[in-house]
Amino acid sequence: MISEPVPLTLDLAEARRRRTEARWRYLKDSYVLWRRNRLMVLGTSIILGLLLVAALAPLLATSNPYEQTLRDRLLAPSAQHLFGTDGLGRDIFSRVLYGARVTLTIALLVAAISTPPGMFMGILAGYLGGAVDEVLMRLADIFLAFPRLILAIAFAAALGPGVENAIIAIAIAQWPSYARLARAETLNVKNNDYIQAMRVLGASKMRIMAGHIAPMTLSSIVVRMSLDMGTIILTAAGLGFLGLGAQPPMPEWGLMVADGRQFLVDQWWVSTLPGLAILVVVMGFNLLGDGIRDVLDPRQRQV
Amino acid sequence: MGRYLLRRLVTLTVTIAGIMVMTFFTSQVVPLDPLASLAGPQAPPETVERLRALYGFDQPLYIQFGRYVARLGRGDLGVSFQTGRPVLQDILTYFPATLELATFAILLGICVGIPLGVLSAVYQNRLIDQFCRVLSLVGVSTPVFWLGLVLMLIFYFKLGWLPEPGRLDIMLIEPPRVSGVLLIDSAVARDWEVFRDAIKHLIMPAAVLGLVGVAGISRITRSSMLEVLSQEYVKTARIKGLSEFLVVTRHALRNALVPTVTVIGLTYGLLLEGSVLTETIFSWPGLGRYLANAFLTLDLNTIVGGTMFVAMTFCLVNLLVDLAYAYLNPKITYTT
Repeated sequence: MISEPVPLTLDLAEARRRRTEARWRYLKDSYVLWRRNRLMVLGTSIILGLLLVAALAPLLATSNPYEQTLRDRLLAPSAQHLFGTDGLGRDIFSRVLYGARVTLTIALLVAAISTPPGMFMGILAGYLGGAVDEVLMRLADIFLAFPRLILAIAFAAALGPGVENAIIAIAIAQWPSYARLARAETLNVKNNDYIQAMRVLGASKMRIMAGHIAPMTLSSIVVRMSLDMGTIILTAAGLGFLGLGAQPPMPEWGLMVADGRQFLVDQWWVSTLPGLAILVVVMGFNLLGDGIRDVLDPRQRQV
Repeated sequence: MGRYLLRRLVTLTVTIAGIMVMTFFTSQVVPLDPLASLAGPQAPPETVERLRALYGFDQPLYIQFGRYVARLGRGDLGVSFQTGRPVLQDILTYFPATLELATFAILLGICVGIPLGVLSAVYQNRLIDQFCRVLSLVGVSTPVFWLGLVLMLIFYFKLGWLPEPGRLDIMLIEPPRVSGVLLIDSAVARDWEVFRDAIKHLIMPAAVLGLVGVAGISRITRSSMLEVLSQEYVKTARIKGLSEFLVVTRHALRNALVPTVTVIGLTYGLLLEGSVLTETIFSWPGLGRYLANAFLTLDLNTIVGGTMFVAMTFCLVNLLVDLAYAYLNPKITYTT
């Protein structure tokens, strides 16, 4: 694309027009990049599907996910019960659909809880430097010294089993990596001219950090978060499986896999189908995350 | 290098001190009175009070913390409520089984992951490359507990090719304990029947655990091979008339392996600790299952001691990996 030379002075309307044009071009290029990457299209479709299922669960479900019909327990998949029924006669298909809500809620809440403190501490450490930096980063090191699953399990056990506590536990295990990332991004931008200009103008440290540095760290945080979604869901499902996450009768996928364990030999569907749902969704998030990185990363962005 | 090592050791000490503080204070907020479960529900209040004094729970927190650190210094992690044995002794009993499993899994990851990565770099964008991409995608997306159940369903229940969960057939007698690693112990005792059975029992859990390793190792091998293959000296080697096989294995792979070694080390560290779910599924009597049980029964001393042990091993492995990286790659100099 050859652009005409930019005149030295632009009137305000012209400048605004060019800016809008550039924004549209950016969006269009993003769309082209998105279309070209077939795996990312697949990932996006999976996640859109997940969102739809979560939103429309009551409409799509063929029966009440909590209703127990003991007469109909452990039925094989059929037209009436697409995924069969579990040990308490509940319809597994409906439970998997409702489980999409649980999984999505967990993933979004973990992201919402762990990123603000992570970003805050990272920016603080990066911008202020010195002792603050040292203390905060050593603190992050301590958390990173534990394997993430073990840390999440430990906090989930300490806080008591339950889905809320599992969310908090995973968020606790997650924030240090965001803090690290935000710190690195802050170090990258903090000596740029426009930050210096703000400083010369007398802006307070808080204002520079919140208004001018935080937005710059946002895109890499978003990329990392989308890459982490899969891990978050796997950890939550693992906690549910161990009995430290969601509690019965909640239709959480990990918990459902655990419930079906005792029927594995003769009623394979009870355990394996909810697990398949985890696999598909995590794969969707991983594909989407990879794609988002390719679209947002200016180095890889070549149309 | 010396200064770098010193700095790393200092930060490691700080981290370990932090780990102690964190585990101690986390154990204080647990909403459960460990004494109540120890004394039993029918115990009279005086007994509970006596136990409280006996264990020092009536002292102020900072004194308790001081005692805790002093105990740790002596290698005393307290007594497990679960087994009634010292936690450290329990850990040393269960750790070899985990070590065996993780080592087998990482060997599997190396043997499959490196060739796969090399092949997909050499035949970039061809079928094998696509296969490799799909495999690593599936590898990072599969819930291990689910994969374990599916494999067990197919290979144990349906086909009967592989034995039941556990470490050894119940009809076989374990050889005398030398190292705790069953393969070594049975080889020392020349009990080949046990040796064969132990390998059969290892295959499924190691495959489940190794899949993550295969994904990571093949991915990193592929990308670093691609980078190396475009270097001038590889061209030179080709122009010299060396066979393509020699160029790839001797000239390219050797240099491409440096980042791979790092990933192998980090994965190994993760496998040593991350086997909680796999061990639970396959009834593997290792550290992971021991810890999982402790978490479920809120066995406080075991939780605190076990997580400490895990975190310290993890730190140590990471340190070794960094040092190995510096050793393997002379271009790297650590100045800070």
